[in-house]
Amino acid sequence: MRMPSWIQVERRSSISPWTVFAISISAIVLALLLAGLFFQLFGVSPIRAYGDIIRGALGSKLGITETIRRMIPLLVIGVGLTVAFRALFWNIGAEGQLLVGTVAAAGVALFSGIPEVLMIPAMFIAGFAAGALWGIGPAYLKVKLGINDVITTLLLNYVAIALVEWLVYGPWKGPTQRGFAYTDRFSAAASLPVIAGTRIHWPTLAIGVFAAIVLFVLVKRTRVGFEIRVVGENPDAAKYSGISQTKITLFAMMISGGLAGVAGVGEVAGIHHMLLSPEQISLGYGYTAIIVAWLARRNPLAAILTSFLFGVIMRGGDVIKVSLGLPFELVDVFNGIILFMLIGSELFIRYRVRFGARREVA
Amino acid sequence: MSWESWVVETISRALAFGTPLLLATVGEIYAERSGVLNLGVEGMMLMGALTGFAVSMGSGNPWFGILVAGLVGGAFSLIHAFATITLRANQVVSGLALTMLGTGLSGVIGRAYEGFPLWSKLARIDVPVLSKIPVLGPAVFENQSPMTYIAIGVAILGWFVLFKTRIGISIRAVGEDPATADSLGISVSRVRYLCVMVGGVLAGVAGAYWSVAYRTAWSGGMTAGLGWIVIALTIFAFWNPLYGLVGAFFFAAMRVLSFRLQNWLPPELLKAMPYLLAILVLIVVSRGTLQKRMGAPSALALPYTRGED
Repeated sequence: MRMPSWIQVERRSSISPWTVFAISISAIVLALLLAGLFFQLFGVSPIRAYGDIIRGALGSKLGITETIRRMIPLLVIGVGLTVAFRALFWNIGAEGQLLVGTVAAAGVALFSGIPEVLMIPAMFIAGFAAGALWGIGPAYLKVKLGINDVITTLLLNYVAIALVEWLVYGPWKGPTQRGFAYTDRFSAAASLPVIAGTRIHWPTLAIGVFAAIVLFVLVKRTRVGFEIRVVGENPDAAKYSGISQTKITLFAMMISGGLAGVAGVGEVAGIHHMLLSPEQISLGYGYTAIIVAWLARRNPLAAILTSFLFGVIMRGGDVIKVSLGLPFELVDVFNGIILFMLIGSELFIRYRVRFGARREVA
Repeated sequence: MSWESWVVETISRALAFGTPLLLATVGEIYAERSGVLNLGVEGMMLMGALTGFAVSMGSGNPWFGILVAGLVGGAFSLIHAFATITLRANQVVSGLALTMLGTGLSGVIGRAYEGFPLWSKLARIDVPVLSKIPVLGPAVFENQSPMTYIAIGVAILGWFVLFKTRIGISIRAVGEDPATADSLGISVSRVRYLCVMVGGVLAGVAGAYWSVAYRTAWSGGMTAGLGWIVIALTIFAFWNPLYGLVGAFFFAAMRVLSFRLQNWLPPELLKAMPYLLAILVLIVVSRGTLQKRMGAPSALALPYTRGED
């Protein structure tokens, strides 16, 4: 790359976690400034907008609990995505995996007749299995036929949307719902407990935190985790050292798809208590979680922090929709800008950039 | 319905549905041939669709709307070009970010345009003389959008430039072996910037076709995954605009034919057909070695830095 002579670029040999952290924070701050410009163009004072977002997301008990409610699916999906991304499998299909998870949960809740005590575990298991299968399909196509994972996982999102729509408008439409495109309501036994007075379905949150810890240990301390890293970073080395790329990729996608399915179970069993149209179930959690995992630098534990941040942003979308009359799609704009700043900032992680000609930096 | 009118209607509708796919696929072929994977097609198409709609509505001239949509698409693609070529960012993530940004921006700005009918839409035409040919006339040359013929022209021109001119050799060299191209005095980053912009312009035009000629309305996210089907078609076309021509219209014909299933399949499941078809298409052409031989650029998705790697 040709750079002006007053900029010096050289490869870094190593980097401290603190530098990575500082660079990431700077990227987010820069993204917020840019997004602020966008508010200004819309005739809204950025200071007022950010004030509203922070007050609305963090300034009250309701705000914090609603932020955590948004954070839960982002955490559960994001943690799984860190594993898929480590194996360099581009799972862009978490949205669809979440939706098939909701379908499995609704199927169990409405039609299985499982004993009440086993209902919730059965729903989580079914949701995990459905999401995992939805994710393993593209993984199989990639390792066996070399088909691009981004495209297949993404296209399957649209198939999952069609599936849910068909169910709620067609065979699963609830006779008791007076013509709405909803299934019947789940029984109490098929509903997740919440922290009193909030919409925080804590079992799903607990699964997310637990998964973050377990997967952190898995990727950092176990043989499988090591193999995932090798497959992701150096597929050739993996081949020569006898690591099965097939097995590792399928395993990573089972985790990633399965957790997205679990997030779906949480949304229908914890929030809606029925299956309903896809755009009411998910506000693009599957896509936002990609940024959660990327910002966490594919570290499952860090995803706890980053999912909270994006919980604030999604809650912020709710808030400014009401207080400033701005459309919720602003969240997509935010997400896009943040993602660009993040990947742009990676230049500074991989390379040391100095300004000014040939100056020694301490 | 008679056999003849059935064929005529299928071909005619396939041409209309395949037009935006073809335009955007030729654009993506250029970007990828130069070594840059751009997954932002969906976002660029949406920006084009909104721009085309808004400008046509404001100016009363749909051609002007399509033109400006192309410019906006090209300008929008520069974000991806800057991130991936200059900053060497990951192309997959940057493309996704472009799609998020395009979906969000067009959704937010487009709020004011939702639900309006477009009076100044791009009219369909009958091609004089040719439309009188039996079967072929009504299928291809009657009541068709002029954009369809433009798209076919773009694909043929795109093929010619890519495979029969010096510019095309430079583009393919940059996508195959940037270091060698660089040593021959070709500016890798300039070629890549230009090719990404070609992709942006054509995606913008494709989006405008969708809102100004095909649907003649705007709604947020209206392209509903067409941009991702384009990415699949680029592979299906083996990175060759002429195969893209065949692929886009073949795909569109399959899509139109799937509508014949409506007596047996509910509409929601019918909606899933194009996406399943696209996956099927990828499976059909999935032989990795075949793809390599047939044109997958060797340096696709790899950033280039002189003297590195």
